[in-house]
Amino acid sequence: MSHPSYFLEATYLIASILFILGLKGLSHPDSARRGMIFAAAGMAAAVFGTLFHPELFNYTYIAIGLILGSAIGIPMAMVPMTAMPQRTALSHAFGALAASMVGIAEFVIHGSSLGGAKMGALGLEVMLGSITTTGSLIAAAKLQELMRGTPIMFKGQHIVNLLIFLTMIGSFITWLVNPAFFFLFYVMIACALVFGVMLVLPIGAADMPVVMSLLNSYAGLSSAATGFVLSNNVLIIAGTLDGFSGFILSILMCRAMNRNITNVLFGGFGAVIGTETGDATGTMREVTLDDVAVQLAYANQVVFVPGYGMATAQAQHAVRELGNLLEERGVSVKYGIHPVAGRMPGHMNVLLAEANVPYSSLYEMDQINPEMGATDVAVVIGANDVVNPDARDNAQSPIAGMPIIEVDRAKSVIVLKRGKGKGFSGLENPLFFKSVTGMLYGDAKSSLTNLAQAVQKV
Amino acid sequence: MNVLLFQPTAFVVAIYMLAGGNSAKEIAFNPAVLIASLYVFMLAAFLGYQLISRVPPLLHTPLMSATNAISGISVIGSLVIAGSKYDHHQTLASVLGCAAVTSAMINVTGGFLITDRMLKMFRKKEVVKLEAHK
Repeated sequence: MSHPSYFLEATYLIASILFILGLKGLSHPDSARRGMIFAAAGMAAAVFGTLFHPELFNYTYIAIGLILGSAIGIPMAMVPMTAMPQRTALSHAFGALAASMVGIAEFVIHGSSLGGAKMGALGLEVMLGSITTTGSLIAAAKLQELMRGTPIMFKGQHIVNLLIFLTMIGSFITWLVNPAFFFLFYVMIACALVFGVMLVLPIGAADMPVVMSLLNSYAGLSSAATGFVLSNNVLIIAGTLDGFSGFILSILMCRAMNRNITNVLFGGFGAVIGTETGDATGTMREVTLDDVAVQLAYANQVVFVPGYGMATAQAQHAVRELGNLLEERGVSVKYGIHPVAGRMPGHMNVLLAEANVPYSSLYEMDQINPEMGATDVAVVIGANDVVNPDARDNAQSPIAGMPIIEVDRAKSVIVLKRGKGKGFSGLENPLFFKSVTGMLYGDAKSSLTNLAQAVQKV
Repeated sequence: MNVLLFQPTAFVVAIYMLAGGNSAKEIAFNPAVLIASLYVFMLAAFLGYQLISRVPPLLHTPLMSATNAISGISVIGSLVIAGSKYDHHQTLASVLGCAAVTSAMINVTGGFLITDRMLKMFRKKEVVKLEAHK
């Protein structure tokens, strides 16, 4: 910004303040919508101000970009709520792509005349941006089931990854020290694009919440680096807020699985599960629909625990209808949500809110666990690992130490499950063999709809 | 590797070291501006930590799409590239700028709209009941 304009800077300052107020609004569902209107107004102010940037002389490409972007963005906001994880992954890719292209353009225009510090920031921007772009695309493909969701591993994967990573960093540093080797900049981009793919390939579907948060963080940091290149504070602030949001979410998600980030990224969880799954033997007790309906209808308190199975079966509306019927009979109905249930942070909350479940009925893990002892029936809908008592009881279990929703402390547990097989993680779940547990096989949505009908007849 | 991938502080330090190493021969990047930028970055990081820690898990999905929309602010950098006059590589710069404006705008419009759509669904018990009786 060689010609500082007070008007421009004022719009950026206003935008920064409005972004901060917007995120502050997200601390409560009641203030969240107003907050987002603030943030959107901030964005509008910044874009409007930039249109009067003194260096602008040709508005053709600007108009094309603004119109085309909006034309694609609006339909992307209309996707069904079940497609939220892949939509979010795609938007991480777009955000990172935008930052990388700004970086590449700056390099093409100014070359090495930028100076070391700016070149460093620019390199980081393009590198993080490129990793995030391809990584997010792979994540989106996995979530959309265009690719299989299980970890994709091959022999020597770690060595290949390390080589790509070292080449990337090596080219970056050599280019910085000796800008005459400008082609190394492009080598770095190529390596970063491949590295993004390799980073997400070995990650299993169950670990997606962590990866989503991490990619969110990278996309934000890439924007912040753009701010350093352009010496633009609003970019630094917005990018850092995004980066930290992703960073904190990844920590929360890791904590909710009792794993560290290295383990998630390089462990290939789900592919190499050992055979030590505890003594999960015995018989599973199958229950009939009418039995369950009677139990539910005469309960004092029922807790539903949803997992990714609820999303795949699109069963959120059926759960809500059953919940409504029970509430009309005077049953206290609550929903216990594990932080990593589903494929992205907060996934289950959004689905249930879509089905008109009021947010006061949605309970976090720490809130619902003390109530489990006083719960008559806990209904597990397509969740597995997040209710696996092995995490608490069996120190040898691969998920040992992961906090769980302790449904087994309820007086009765009903597990809705598609078939008798293991969950996606391939872990045996001793919950299914406990004497309090009854298994109700079948598609979750039709089971719940049939249960609702049966409850009405009780 | 873990540190490099996951520690934003490492990122700051990296930029700082690069600045220190090269500022002697190049003055294209004013050190005072860099220091000011670092202050902004650090303060925004602390502020971000405080703000995000207060967001309940209930709203984590809207939080992700909201921060995504906000980071679409890179659109302002893209706008300048797409619309400025350059001595060399005019077409390439304009096309890259145009593509960057497009991608960033997808996030801005799509992100804010879907966040609002989601937040609209989070309702209080009384509101849900009122609507059911209509």
